Amino acid sequence: MLDQPSSSSLSGGGTTRGQAWGLVGLLAAAVMAWLVFAVWPDWLNAILISKKAFVSAILNGITLAGLYFLVASGFTLIFGLMRNVNLAHGSLYLLGAYIGYEVTNRTGYWLLGVAAGFAVLAIVGVVMQVFVFRRLEGDDLRQTLVSIGISIVAADLMLAVWAGGTYQITTPEWLDGALTLPIITAVRSNGVSVFLTYPLYRVVVLAAAIIIGVGLWLMLHKTRVGMMIRAGVDDRAMLQASGVNVHAVFAIVFAVGAGLAGFAGVVGGSALSVAPGEDVRYLLASLVVVIVGGMGSITGAAIGALLIGLAEQIGLVYFPTYGIVLTFVIMVVTLAVRPQGIMGKAR
Amino acid sequence: MSLAITTNLTPQQNWLERLGAGHIILAVALVLYPLVASDFFLTQIGGYSLIFGMLGLSLMLLAGYGGMVSLAQITVAGISAYAIAILGNNNSNILGFGWPWWLAVPFAVLAAALASALIGWISVRTEGIYTIMITLAIATATYYFAQQNYAIFNGHSGYAGIRAPAFWGIGWRDARPFYYLCLGLAVLSYAAVLYGSRSTFGMTLQAIRDNPRRMRALGYHVTAHKVFAWLLAGVIAGLAGVLLVWFNGRVSPGTIGVDAAIDVLIIAVIGGLRHPIGPFLGAVVVVLMQTFAIDIVGAERFNTLIGMVFLVIVFVSPDGILGLWGRIKPHLAQESLRPGQ
Repeated sequence: MLDQPSSSSLSGGGTTRGQAWGLVGLLAAAVMAWLVFAVWPDWLNAILISKKAFVSAILNGITLAGLYFLVASGFTLIFGLMRNVNLAHGSLYLLGAYIGYEVTNRTGYWLLGVAAGFAVLAIVGVVMQVFVFRRLEGDDLRQTLVSIGISIVAADLMLAVWAGGTYQITTPEWLDGALTLPIITAVRSNGVSVFLTYPLYRVVVLAAAIIIGVGLWLMLHKTRVGMMIRAGVDDRAMLQASGVNVHAVFAIVFAVGAGLAGFAGVVGGSALSVAPGEDVRYLLASLVVVIVGGMGSITGAAIGALLIGLAEQIGLVYFPTYGIVLTFVIMVVTLAVRPQGIMGKAR
Repeated sequence: MSLAITTNLTPQQNWLERLGAGHIILAVALVLYPLVASDFFLTQIGGYSLIFGMLGLSLMLLAGYGGMVSLAQITVAGISAYAIAILGNNNSNILGFGWPWWLAVPFAVLAAALASALIGWISVRTEGIYTIMITLAIATATYYFAQQNYAIFNGHSGYAGIRAPAFWGIGWRDARPFYYLCLGLAVLSYAAVLYGSRSTFGMTLQAIRDNPRRMRALGYHVTAHKVFAWLLAGVIAGLAGVLLVWFNGRVSPGTIGVDAAIDVLIIAVIGGLRHPIGPFLGAVVVVLMQTFAIDIVGAERFNTLIGMVFLVIVFVSPDGILGLWGRIKPHLAQESLRPGQ
């Protein structure tokens, strides 16, 4: 008597549960869309400071997420294949930023700075892989310790070269200026709508992050190299046995991962600033993003970056002195529900 | 086969033999150290090494016996340091409840232990490398939190004007009493860890480190054991935090920054994670380097030197100085005992 309904609800439970979650998601999206596009009534403005502050926080969060994604995708890529936690990843970001600053400043071409940031750091990454991490293959703890040692030395040497000052990489004119978005922030008393303007550069950063993210996903899932990388994640020994030069694959992955960090350094250094201490900030972002998103997953990195970026910016606007607590909460909740991260594979 | 037991004790030994000659000589040397050392060497080298040795010890307890490498030990110490500043007296004109030391200290250590257990509870959900990453994330996030928060942590400037108490007619701020205070607490922690490692709990913890699945199958509550280890490590780190805030007279986000978190790891790794004495060895080496490397490599570049030394030690001997000693010892003793012959 009791068995029958429970078994039937078990078989049907999956779909109804999925549908329920879908409904919740749809509802949340509708609320979000209304919040962004509708003209706010006064009571809502009173609760959330102002529509401009709210929408700006959301947009800042999304564009910051683009930057975090660029840094964290390299981090998660390197970890995914080589089981190599490179805690010097923040240093790669900062070094890329400094190199981008120097090249842009001397040549006057920002794009050259971006390219240099990627290229130099890709080379640095290969050098690190060949001379350091290859020797410590399979020894997680020592890899971690060595990368920490490298980050200490790197931070100190960068301090020696570029001193403690704050630099700003100048962006070219065609990237300056603001976009007027079709979002009404307020209606003046004479009936004229005020549209939200937003820095063009940050939108471009987001676009670049999306393009690179899609590119990485395509590389991993549609190309031969990507196939090798994914095979290496699952079973490295088997990949080696089937005649693939695993070392070459590792070097490529490290080059891409480190290069992305350098690229993000130049791009981020143009939007924000370059200063000592930024390495730690982006290392933290990478750590939290991959812990939340799941190790070795590009999609996970995107989701994690979005969550952390939004949490940081919303926290900054609405509860400045307790903002970082949101990051804690996201991390703890994720670990409580899914210890392997949102998109991580159960081990 | 039963679990490997790492001690070579026989029950017939009396306590003096158990203690071993090395410990007795070391104890005598440490007690007599103030006779030869200046005030600078007593506090800046002696006291500071003992405090950081305790922090390293709390990490060694987790990493050596539990297989959990934590980068959040300085965070735990920082929580107790901040608790002393908030519960006791400070001159930053914010909070400062003015509790007497005998009330503030137990509360600070308790807060640290609970925070440590919480960090442990979060991080033991994952294993190995993930523990390092999560604890580093927690340590870094706490640093930023302390820096941003003005209501509790007084933001960037933190708390200043914290004084070690004077009781029993002794001003514990003075060099010699402070050194003995550090020494006393360090020896207490060291003995407790050594004793604990041979207790049932310590053995269980080491067995869990070696094979968690088997221990779970045998009916042990693996998570509870690990979290309890975090709690114990938190007590030691909390005591070190109390000493640290009395030593500095102040606490700020910089105290619990990533550099400091990594310093603790460096100390424990340089010294060696296999025996509780390792972190103290490492602390002496690192503190001496931090103090005197400036004379060798110029004013600012001592971080490079420390990083390099750390890198060399990790490359050459994963078990730190203790590991080096373990390798050299047979060479010194007897030619025929050389490994690989």
